[in-house]
Amino acid sequence: MMNFTEIQEQARQEWDSLQSGSVPVIAVGTATCGRSAGALGVVQAFEEEMSEKGVEAHIVEVGCIGPCYAEPLVNITKPGRATVAYKNVTKKMVTEIVDNYLKGDDPLPHYTLGSFGEGTVENIPRILDTPSFKPQERRVFRNCGVIDPTNINHYIANEGYNGLSKALTMTQSEVVEEMKKSGLRGRGGGGFPAGRKWEAGLNAEGDQKYVVCNADEGDPGAFMDRAVIEGDPHSVLEGMIIAGYAIGADTGYIYVRAEYPLAIRRLERAIEQAHEKGFLGNNILGTDFSFDINIFPGAGAFVCGESTALTLSIEGKRGMPRVAPRPRTTEQGLYDKPTLLNNVKTFSSAPMIITRGAEWFASIGTEKSTGTAIFALTGKVNNCGLIEVPMGITLREIIYDIGGGVADGGRFKAVQTGGPSGGCLPESLLDTPIDYDSLDEAGSIMGSGGMVVMDEKTCMVDVARYFLDFTEIESCGQCVPCRLGTKQLLDILKDICAGKGKKGDIDLLIELSQSVHGGSVCGLGQTAANPVLTTIRYFRDEFEAHINDKCCPAKVCKPLISFRILEDKCAGCTLCAKSCPVNAISGEKKEVHVIDQGLCVQCGVCMEKCPKKFSAVECLSPKLPVAPKETTEVVA
Amino acid sequence: MEERLSAVLSPYEGRKDALIPILQKVQDELGYLPDDAMLEIAKTTGLPESRVYAVASFYAQFRFTPRGKHTIMVCRGTACHVRGAERILEETERSLGIVEGETTEDQKYTLETVACIGCCALAPCVMIDEDVEAKLTPQMVPEILSGRNE
Repeated sequence: MMNFTEIQEQARQEWDSLQSGSVPVIAVGTATCGRSAGALGVVQAFEEEMSEKGVEAHIVEVGCIGPCYAEPLVNITKPGRATVAYKNVTKKMVTEIVDNYLKGDDPLPHYTLGSFGEGTVENIPRILDTPSFKPQERRVFRNCGVIDPTNINHYIANEGYNGLSKALTMTQSEVVEEMKKSGLRGRGGGGFPAGRKWEAGLNAEGDQKYVVCNADEGDPGAFMDRAVIEGDPHSVLEGMIIAGYAIGADTGYIYVRAEYPLAIRRLERAIEQAHEKGFLGNNILGTDFSFDINIFPGAGAFVCGESTALTLSIEGKRGMPRVAPRPRTTEQGLYDKPTLLNNVKTFSSAPMIITRGAEWFASIGTEKSTGTAIFALTGKVNNCGLIEVPMGITLREIIYDIGGGVADGGRFKAVQTGGPSGGCLPESLLDTPIDYDSLDEAGSIMGSGGMVVMDEKTCMVDVARYFLDFTEIESCGQCVPCRLGTKQLLDILKDICAGKGKKGDIDLLIELSQSVHGGSVCGLGQTAANPVLTTIRYFRDEFEAHINDKCCPAKVCKPLISFRILEDKCAGCTLCAKSCPVNAISGEKKEVHVIDQGLCVQCGVCMEKCPKKFSAVECLSPKLPVAPKETTEVVA
Repeated sequence: MEERLSAVLSPYEGRKDALIPILQKVQDELGYLPDDAMLEIAKTTGLPESRVYAVASFYAQFRFTPRGKHTIMVCRGTACHVRGAERILEETERSLGIVEGETTEDQKYTLETVACIGCCALAPCVMIDEDVEAKLTPQMVPEILSGRNE
């Protein structure tokens, strides 16, 4: 078998010949999000066009490039030129790009997002100078969208397995010490110092130890871990192997959502390749250290993100967190053996820390939260996508610079971080820096990386109800405060949204929230009320409007809204009547139409169908009274 | 069914720890977990049937009734929610004449919701079998359904 230097040499040759070859390279982002937007069709279109027109180029399928709003994304690098990034590529555009830029020399600037890499291309701005990219720092995403994730040589040529090779020349304590010095905190959301966890793993007594990677990304609105696995699976494997060496484990498990089939395929392929090169298996890189990794597809239970539940799930049991007093997973985890459990991004950070050193890692970020944070920036924001930013950047910079502001010209209302365990922060807190402690103080949490922007059309009571709906279903049910507490919270919130809120409900919600927080066994229950508490803390007026005035200011809660056709604006075009699913709209052609409030189900289709030039449908809250039937009128 | 089942189960004799992968493989093969299969799984692994059921019913992935020809999953992720997923679900329910969790009488469609399919930038979206339909409005719903109406 080749030694590491030879492996690196071979990988570099392959990578260099691709990068500095004589033909253009076409990189298409074909991770799950790219595929959903039609990336595979784009790949096929390039293949067909090129073979038809006799154009030569390498097509490389890469992972998630980041700006999901611009998917499908295609990066084209012509020899000696900067890379041009094309956004929202369609099959029709492929024809034009092949004709104009691959055959000719016109890069079609109006189709591009910008350029990057060495050199410039005329009339195309450099992406990294734009407000959307300038504040970003791609570290965990270092290879995503750059390398072919199914080609281990691409990874190796980009510093891959360098960290492992170096770690194997260090003692276990030295590796742990480096991790501690880096200040890396667990990227799963809790923020426990990773180095200290590794140290506990090393110090734990036991002949059998395990390393487990938590890739059970369950937060609704978060897909960072999937992107890392799909775009750079080897970085996760390498981090796990280093961890295995550091604590003295010989077996690793990756607990990955079964709903991520592409991520699972990428991991399987990567594990196979790592075996072939001698990075996994017996006597790794000629040392005494042996390590292997198994994939465990999780069967869908949010609570399995909790470490004790996750390990029980791998054992084939119900994923119910162990009851306190419970030993730390590092002492007694999977099969009751010492187990080091970290998130995907934590493992993916480890190789960089070992290769480049703890000081390099800690050179960005804040004192207590070093390195970068990754977010899936979504919701009512212009530039949805995956972003990686230095810790300490403010929410405002993320939403307005990187995210390009609120979508559809809307007005910002709140930003949600941390998913069902997190909270909603208002405009007044937009200058909060992103780090574990500041977000905690504001009542939210860093979380695993979901960040959802909400505008004035989002009802905060409905958002609280939405999250409780989620946690109530996902509560494993073993402890009463969580099982019944979330149910009670949900029932009260549902009542408020339905216009049945009572005086005193807000205080009751707060009191119940505190009980659920204090009495629950695991993190799911302890944080379940966060969305309720933060929405009450920052948007109490909306709760009061629902309860006291039966009014939903955002006009979301159906039992509190009505639709009405404005007499002076309706042109009688009949579009609304034709599209009403419950035939609640009547009126002759060219005459004013009327909605029967007794029949209306508040679906809002009429409002959408009404042509902009008329804008004759309006939404009201509180609700209009339902017109009494004619018969009752006679009686009256 | 028996043959298909025993082919799936044969490597797992006595493997109590492999219960979840077994359930996944059986469901992949049969489309759901019928009673007979649950019994066979219990026999193969040596676990009590109650334990097999306890585990299977705990996880969202497992189902005990057959699915229709096409599975429609309406995403209820946070991003989809704030962009109107609720209305997409309602329109889908109206179009199919069933509610979430049900299968149409002709066994053509099963309607489910999913916590998040991670295509948040394309919200609101619906997954029909393996395909993601992105950036939907309620009016687009009948159209995306009729595309599968062969």
